[in-house]
Amino acid sequence: MTREMVCIVCPMGCRLTVTATEDDTGLSVIGNQCKRGEAYAIEEMTNPTRMLPTTMVIRGGLLKRLPVRTEKPIPKELIFEAMKKIDDVIVEAPIKRGEVVISNLLGTGVNVIASRSMKHI
Amino acid sequence: MTQYDIVVIGGGPAGLAAAVEARKQGVHSILVIERDRELGGILQQCIHNGFGLRVFNEELTGPEYAERFIDELETMGIEYLLDTMVLEITKERQIIISNAAKGIQVIKAKAVILAMGCRERTRGALAIPGYRPAGVFNAGTAQRYINVEGYMVGKRVVILGSGDIGLIMARRMTLEGAQVLAVAEIMPFSGGLTRNIVQCLDDYNIPLMLSHTITAIKGRDRVEGVVIQKVDHKMQPIPGTEIEYKCDTILLSVGLIPENELSRKAGIAIDSVTNGPVVDSNMETTAPGIFACGNVVHVHDLVDFVTEESRHAGNAAAKYVLADACTDHKGMVICTKAETGVGYIVPQQINVDSIEEKVALFMRVRNVYHNASLSVKLGGVEIKRVRHRHLAPGEMARIDVDKKLFEGMQAEMTVSVVLEEGKA
Repeated sequence: MTREMVCIVCPMGCRLTVTATEDDTGLSVIGNQCKRGEAYAIEEMTNPTRMLPTTMVIRGGLLKRLPVRTEKPIPKELIFEAMKKIDDVIVEAPIKRGEVVISNLLGTGVNVIASRSMKHI
Repeated sequence: MTQYDIVVIGGGPAGLAAAVEARKQGVHSILVIERDRELGGILQQCIHNGFGLRVFNEELTGPEYAERFIDELETMGIEYLLDTMVLEITKERQIIISNAAKGIQVIKAKAVILAMGCRERTRGALAIPGYRPAGVFNAGTAQRYINVEGYMVGKRVVILGSGDIGLIMARRMTLEGAQVLAVAEIMPFSGGLTRNIVQCLDDYNIPLMLSHTITAIKGRDRVEGVVIQKVDHKMQPIPGTEIEYKCDTILLSVGLIPENELSRKAGIAIDSVTNGPVVDSNMETTAPGIFACGNVVHVHDLVDFVTEESRHAGNAAAKYVLADACTDHKGMVICTKAETGVGYIVPQQINVDSIEEKVALFMRVRNVYHNASLSVKLGGVEIKRVRHRHLAPGEMARIDVDKKLFEGMQAEMTVSVVLEEGKA
């Protein structure tokens, strides 16, 4: 198994090729120019995670949408499921920046928090 | 007539940072004027993370970044006006404003800080032929509809231009259930950050078509499709390479233009490359007492750099006000000039007498370079050389030049790209 990717640790943008070693116990990375590139590639292959910023419906505030984000990165494969879950929740103003709007998203242990405050109008 | 020491035009990241910094330097009478319904500027619609790594040492979303500054401004009791348009600024620093509550008013300021930001280049500027159906949006406009107003703009999308806003919107539309078919970029490289190409396009298998552009938009009332064509090295479409995509929406992410109608009307000199005011190392324009910072001066990639530049402008404006500076306060001035491979340099002038230890030069190169150096020369003699493994037009470069390197020398300062031997 081989995968090509572009390293985003720094602006160099090294093109990495990641291959499973012959005995299938590890991964070998080529194309990186530093150690951090290797670590990035292995993380991307074994446990890719992403922050998920999006919006949810808010009632009684200045705007109709409240920007929210996951407190920490979540597994990449859960992103679309997480979007559906966040779509099902409606919050009421007022709300404070950092307030938890969904706790333990999809059992990941990661909360969804408000990205901004919004007063009640 | 109402009078303030400093009036800041624009309540986005640049205006907020400049106002807060000016207050920290001891100026009490400050007014920020914002045309939108709340402070924060474009950060309020940039709901994605990636802001603040330099300034706060953590990764924030746009609204979080904005709110930290808004909180600081409110705590300091700095005055601001919302829903207020500035109609004109004069060289004498009279500001004519208009809002629904009080109509037209005139304000007088000892110093003005221009922080109006930039706006998106539109379809009209590209001259794409065809009808004018609904469904063609600037990427930033679509971003506001989706993230702030709560309207989805389309289901099948093609994006023209690979600027950062276009890349961010490709991911955003995908997450909200749209299908993004392709991003077409006329240049052979993307103007966006690599991180955005990887996390917004590669993550969702959205193709980035370099050296491609839209040559036709189909549909009369609503967009029904687009024709994308490959271009040659002169950026001319190559016959026979047409690909048609069925889509209902086109997003344009084809560049940002500093918004300088007010500056031009005030008679301030504008740099024809940056489209922003010519500024000196105090971020002062060619009109005494009128300062400028942020995207109104030159378009930045990172808000953190806008904040740093704006703090510098706020600091300089405060000094100007507190010192009751006389008309000839500039002293010795050195001009900067972009040479081979460099597109522009900000500031365009260095006031030797007022810089403390070093001056920061910001620039963009014209092309992608690997293993190249930026060479700073004064009167033709190299005074500093900085090696870079990677330089690209999408990533602003910065060089700090120590004052002692050019003290007492009045000559032109140039920066050029020097390629390492044997490499291109």
